[in-house]
Amino acid sequence: MAEVDTRDAILLAPIEQTGRGFYWALALLSLAILWGGIAYAVQLNEGLGVTGLHQPVSWGFYVTNFVFFIGISHAGTLISAILRLSRAEWRRPITRMAEVITVMVLFIGAGQILVDLGRPDRVMNVIRHGRYQSPLLWDATSISAYLTASLVYLYLPMIPDIALLRDRLGKRKLLYTVLALGWRGTKRQKKVLNRAISVMAILVIPIAVSVHTVVSFVFSMTLQPMWHSTIFGPYFVVGAIYSGIAALIVAMLIFRKAYGLQGYLKPIHFRYLGQLLLVMSLLWFYFTFTEYLTGYYGGEVEEMKVFWGKFTGPFWPFFWGMVLTNFLIPLLCLVRLHRHSIGKVLTASVSVLVGMWLERFTIVVPTLSYPRLPFPGGVYWPTWVELGETAASFALFALFYLLFTKLFPIISVWEIQEGREMGLKEVEERLLTYLPETAEGGAHGS
Amino acid sequence: MALWGMVIDLDRCTGCQACVMACKAENNVPAVGAKEANRGRTISWMQVLTEVDEHDPLGKVRFLPRPCLHCDDPPCTRVCPVYATYRNPEGIVAQIYARCIGCRFCMAACPYNAKYFNWRTYLTEGPGQNPDVSVRSKGVVEKCTFCHHRLQKARERALAEGREMEPGEYIPACAEACPTRAIVFGDLSDPDSEVAKLARSPRAFRLQEELGTRPKVIYLTEGEARG
Repeated sequence: MAEVDTRDAILLAPIEQTGRGFYWALALLSLAILWGGIAYAVQLNEGLGVTGLHQPVSWGFYVTNFVFFIGISHAGTLISAILRLSRAEWRRPITRMAEVITVMVLFIGAGQILVDLGRPDRVMNVIRHGRYQSPLLWDATSISAYLTASLVYLYLPMIPDIALLRDRLGKRKLLYTVLALGWRGTKRQKKVLNRAISVMAILVIPIAVSVHTVVSFVFSMTLQPMWHSTIFGPYFVVGAIYSGIAALIVAMLIFRKAYGLQGYLKPIHFRYLGQLLLVMSLLWFYFTFTEYLTGYYGGEVEEMKVFWGKFTGPFWPFFWGMVLTNFLIPLLCLVRLHRHSIGKVLTASVSVLVGMWLERFTIVVPTLSYPRLPFPGGVYWPTWVELGETAASFALFALFYLLFTKLFPIISVWEIQEGREMGLKEVEERLLTYLPETAEGGAHGS
Repeated sequence: MALWGMVIDLDRCTGCQACVMACKAENNVPAVGAKEANRGRTISWMQVLTEVDEHDPLGKVRFLPRPCLHCDDPPCTRVCPVYATYRNPEGIVAQIYARCIGCRFCMAACPYNAKYFNWRTYLTEGPGQNPDVSVRSKGVVEKCTFCHHRLQKARERALAEGREMEPGEYIPACAEACPTRAIVFGDLSDPDSEVAKLARSPRAFRLQEELGTRPKVIYLTEGEARG
């Protein structure tokens, strides 16, 4: 039962042996994490005064990072669930990569709030004295539900692969034995597993949508100009999926190169994901356009202060940078994917990651920078503390991801095998059911 | 039950900042120092906001003393995840420093920027402070309480003397310090109180009334400026 197709041996290679590249990456990431660690220690000791935050801009990088990272988390579980449910055969080498992003990045995202708290020692008050009137409690509920569901959804399809490692690999026997839950690949086990995966795939979609909706509610439930908007829920969800796909593509390309997975992650995969990214880009632009046009047409004085602050005021580099990286560059890269598809998709994805971070920043900070009453204003600028924390957050995410790939196969071995053995036949049979039954040679009807 | 409120007559305000200083002394509001002040971290529960009058040829400066407005429907209390800020039955919007987790959601939600954060340890307990008001630690939000401790004291005194609390026995430090009597404080639910009468004046308005927060600090417009 636990035989590996020799063709798939490369999928287990990163677990069996470790090259020099791994230690270089480890050292580099640790350096960034160390920077963030020192920054946080200083902040813990002296208070949030070491950041650039002030009155009235009391939220800055940390909250921006929170929204950004939680957004990235939509890559995984949601996309994987949709691809599984729609039985898209090209999903097989992608789903696990996507699911791991979700789980890892959720820890980083939720951690941002902890870093942002003035009194992190009192964080348990949220449970002890939690009050459901506050959108922050909705966040806490929704994110912990999503984390639980995503963990289960990541773990279930890993069980056959863990059993494989248990039987094949000499090391970490105890870990794999416990996690494999006695998997032997019997018919009944397979049936139960497939049923469980389907249930989780359906369950996880509404939870994922709820997560970014309530993240947007943190802003839209207040009365503040350019926050108090009814479309913020779907707008944030669209942005989340958008940045999520971009993060997924970047992760896929990095590990394709590092682990030599060109045979599994082919240009066709990137073309498909690139098309998805293009659709999300247009959708994102549609929401942004609607949001700003309605604000502009209403012409409400307080709204316009923030509006012009973004268009021509001190925030113009962020706003127009966002338009460039989130719309123009992806559009130019993705409309024609016949040639150089991988390079174009990579450029677009990196651009979108920058752009979506800028988008979150231009939502959080400008609104707070223009108080309604005549206050002495001040421009928010981060200090080395916030920069360190941000660098460390990205590094920590990369490190978690990297360590995962050293413990478990990053491409699902059994699902690839299943694709070879059963997928082909299944697709053919499914295709026949789409066609008129009178035709005898229906199989050629594609 | 009383509904505590305040009327500030902008015609009388000279911008002398006596209210600001009285508040600071009364409530142990820390002086953050020049460096922190330049970074926009001044804490001033009562803050005199200034605005240059665009219509005045000489560029006359107008003053707006702004304590916490103690909204009857406060946007800040709605968003607090831990019940650290709430509206008490007498209409005072209170802050529990010992519970606040420092998420600053209330600051982001307050349309009047009446909430302040302790970005560092600005003050520790020491001599010369008002013993009735606790010193806030770093990492928590603080705000004007209408000198709530004075209400408690006045009530206890009246109780000890076996009588009802008289109007005028409880007034916040800012109202007490104002040399031009621009700040009047009292029970808005008593129609005969001075504050309730002034609140009915045709000159009365509330800040950002259209937001529906129903502030209990009511301003009287400048008669001349309005023409």
